[in-house]
Amino acid sequence: MTFGVVMLVHTAFNRAEEVIRHWVAGGCPVVVHVDSDVDQETYDAFVHSLADLDIVRFSERFQCEWGMWGLVEATQEASQLMLQEFPEVGHVFLASGACLPLRTVSELGAFLAERPETDFIESATTADVPWTVGGLDRERFTLRFPFSWKRRRRLFDGYVRLQQVLGVKRRIPAGLVPHMGSQWWCLTRKTLSAILNDPKRPKYDRYFRRVWIPDESYFQTLVRLHATRIQSRSLTLSKFDFQGKPHIFYNDHAEILRRSECFVARKIWPNAGLLYRVFPRGSDPKTANAEPSTGTVDRIFARALERRTRGRPGLYMHSRFPNLLNANGIAAVPFSVLQGFDDVFTNFQDWLSKQTGAQVHGHLYAKDKAHFANEVSVFRGALSDSARLRDYNAQGFLTNLVWNARDTHQCLMFGPADTQSISWLLAHDTNARVWVISGAWSIPLFLSGKPASEVRAEAARLQRTEHQLLKALRAPDAHARIHIDTLADFLENPRDVMQMVVDEIAGHRADELSDLPEMVDLTGLPAFLQELKNQGMHPFLTGDLSDEIQKRAKTAAQPRSYVIDHR
Amino acid sequence: MGAWTSYRLRLRRKRWKYRARRKGRELSLVQDRTHDIKPNDVLLFCTFRNEDIRLPFFLQYYRDLGVNHFVLVDNDSSDGGAEYAADQPDVSLWTTKGPYGRSRFGIDWLTYLQDEYAHGHWALTVDVDEFFVYPFCDTRPIRALADWLEASDVRSFGTMMLDMYPKGPVSAAVYERGADPFKLANWFDPGNYILERNDLYRNLWIQGGPRARTFFAENPKQAPALNKIPFVKWDRDYAYVSSTHMLLPRGLNLVYGQNGGEKSSGVLLHAKFLNLFSDRASEEAERAEHYGKGREYKSYISEDDGDHEIWCQWSEQYINWRQLEALGLMSKGNWA
Repeated sequence: MTFGVVMLVHTAFNRAEEVIRHWVAGGCPVVVHVDSDVDQETYDAFVHSLADLDIVRFSERFQCEWGMWGLVEATQEASQLMLQEFPEVGHVFLASGACLPLRTVSELGAFLAERPETDFIESATTADVPWTVGGLDRERFTLRFPFSWKRRRRLFDGYVRLQQVLGVKRRIPAGLVPHMGSQWWCLTRKTLSAILNDPKRPKYDRYFRRVWIPDESYFQTLVRLHATRIQSRSLTLSKFDFQGKPHIFYNDHAEILRRSECFVARKIWPNAGLLYRVFPRGSDPKTANAEPSTGTVDRIFARALERRTRGRPGLYMHSRFPNLLNANGIAAVPFSVLQGFDDVFTNFQDWLSKQTGAQVHGHLYAKDKAHFANEVSVFRGALSDSARLRDYNAQGFLTNLVWNARDTHQCLMFGPADTQSISWLLAHDTNARVWVISGAWSIPLFLSGKPASEVRAEAARLQRTEHQLLKALRAPDAHARIHIDTLADFLENPRDVMQMVVDEIAGHRADELSDLPEMVDLTGLPAFLQELKNQGMHPFLTGDLSDEIQKRAKTAAQPRSYVIDHR
Repeated sequence: MGAWTSYRLRLRRKRWKYRARRKGRELSLVQDRTHDIKPNDVLLFCTFRNEDIRLPFFLQYYRDLGVNHFVLVDNDSSDGGAEYAADQPDVSLWTTKGPYGRSRFGIDWLTYLQDEYAHGHWALTVDVDEFFVYPFCDTRPIRALADWLEASDVRSFGTMMLDMYPKGPVSAAVYERGADPFKLANWFDPGNYILERNDLYRNLWIQGGPRARTFFAENPKQAPALNKIPFVKWDRDYAYVSSTHMLLPRGLNLVYGQNGGEKSSGVLLHAKFLNLFSDRASEEAERAEHYGKGREYKSYISEDDGDHEIWCQWSEQYINWRQLEALGLMSKGNWA
């Protein structure tokens, strides 16, 4: 008993010849099908080049276009010929010209000889497995597909839509349950001849002729009628990308191909000379019985798929530029924006960075320049502190900053005196944590010592700007994590808010706060605000501040004791 | 985007094609080896002027990537570069005294030649100081990239220009003929590029990098565009719009994923900042043949005679394409 190889070839004939010679040298008969689109001259030369091999046959030629019936017809004819001509063949292995045997013929032969009754064919019901290209899975079997998807896309799409609109459905022949799987199989003589000699075959063929991509479903479906033992996997290592086209192997894949211990791999780039030189690998008694395992290969290609379909979140570059309006998460990782905290506390930035280990910037969007942490002039990624450069694309500046420093949590101070051009992003980015103490802008004005009449205009401007931001943050579609307190509310209980800020940034590493940073002296602030009111400028964002507020804030800032002391 | 816009862009494309045919008459043939071009060959198109010092490494770099034939236009060189190029076995050379600025910075000449020789070929259009880096370029020849793009029904391949500079003053990086410029200028800015979409042409407009950081900080809008689409399966109907920044038909400009996914892309390493730079800058500012009448070059020389350090603390030293991939400056996409 041996096995025979049916090979479908349409290009790279010198590589195909190499592989055919390899099979034949191992004692395998080969039946070759050459696409009828190949011109006669090339075909003749190819046949001639193999003339010295007595167990190679050429079968009748059909046009093999991707997704069309010709491929199945070619396979049927070639298999028929194989079964007739070579009675010693026990298994038939379907391969293409771009398939490369990785292990010796004898190892594959021994593997098959040990499993004489087993059919190796990937075959899964369409109901359970969503393998789709172009949004069609079940419909592959219920619509008609007379037009080529490759050449006549419009006609193809139009005809599909027409059938969908009209609600046309084909009846699947009785007894058939649609299955799909890799085109590359290895079937036993018994199963294959049962499929080919089935009295109902004309009926099945008529049906599959108008099914889409029948080469992935014809044998996969019919094998379920005839096989005794199916191993639903392909012996050919073949990976497909999201467009449904096979991944190609190059020289640099030699190592993972070797380690996969698969028998045959496809598709091989025809110029991958190294692969054709090192494979099939020599026979080694230690690995002669190794089972194929495709873990590494699977992981590599799954990662590639992920790159292509999801990409790296928060990266904006010349081949990834998602529409921000419906992006879920704009920046790469969570970052925090704190408004007003540095007005209430002196040295807030140092305190926060000590407390959380995060990178705490100053006012990154200040009018004069970007105040990076430690006031450096260039930050990671070679971001410049120039205000003009930053404002030229304010959102890009922030997404760049977060991407470049995505290994640390980035915090930035913000305020109504800063450039406001990122407010939309702050409200919409699910990665933004925005903490606002509204009305805190009044503190620097108060501390400046200038009379209320002098700072009235400035106060009004800051309040307007902050109000705009709060409106954006309170919009129904604002998805950022947002916490807004008025100054009065915050001073009621600063410790709780500060603890929340720290917990949010440091996560499980956060400690219970021992000391709060030093609060600025607010004595006289309520009077100052009242004076502003008297000038006609109502600071409504501060909340109601009373004279005791500072005193109460001080006490609330002490660590709270939960143990009640009865003395 | 209605039929009217499409029609307008079509007219624009036709105009450029006509213009290229007209400008093509300015070219005179020096050395024709185009009969050597085989149907599957990857071709390189380039215009140069007085670049004798750069040509040897340039040609070698692209030969090593697997470019099969060079189609070059010499714009009135006087330094022997044209003679050197003409002697190379895989170069076809044309020469012209025509003004560079009035041929859309050489693009008209190249478009003419592309229509003649590149129809149906993968064509790479670069400058003498641009070096193409694509995923797996250290293990797979450019033909592999072309085959893969073709199998994926992709017609154009996007890159970003990455300005490379030395550590220390630019004038101290003394370039020698035939040497690898990235032995000297091997630093780059890893993460300060900003993007905007051009809704008419659908390309991305990228600015930033060291040039924006050091020369254009006060006027970022003027900073040079860094988006380039240099690698295209050429068709007689295609036309570059502005340098190799974008093409028509505009579908060719969609080299980026719009739903979060990353398409496969590369980088053009730009060996601009070498000692050759300050001489060049004064010369080009005077000649005013470049984009915006050499405005870019004027801004280079206005800063203390063009000799300054571009390097900064957060500059990154170039290693290989995998490093650029990890930094997010290019992407493998689904090529694995």
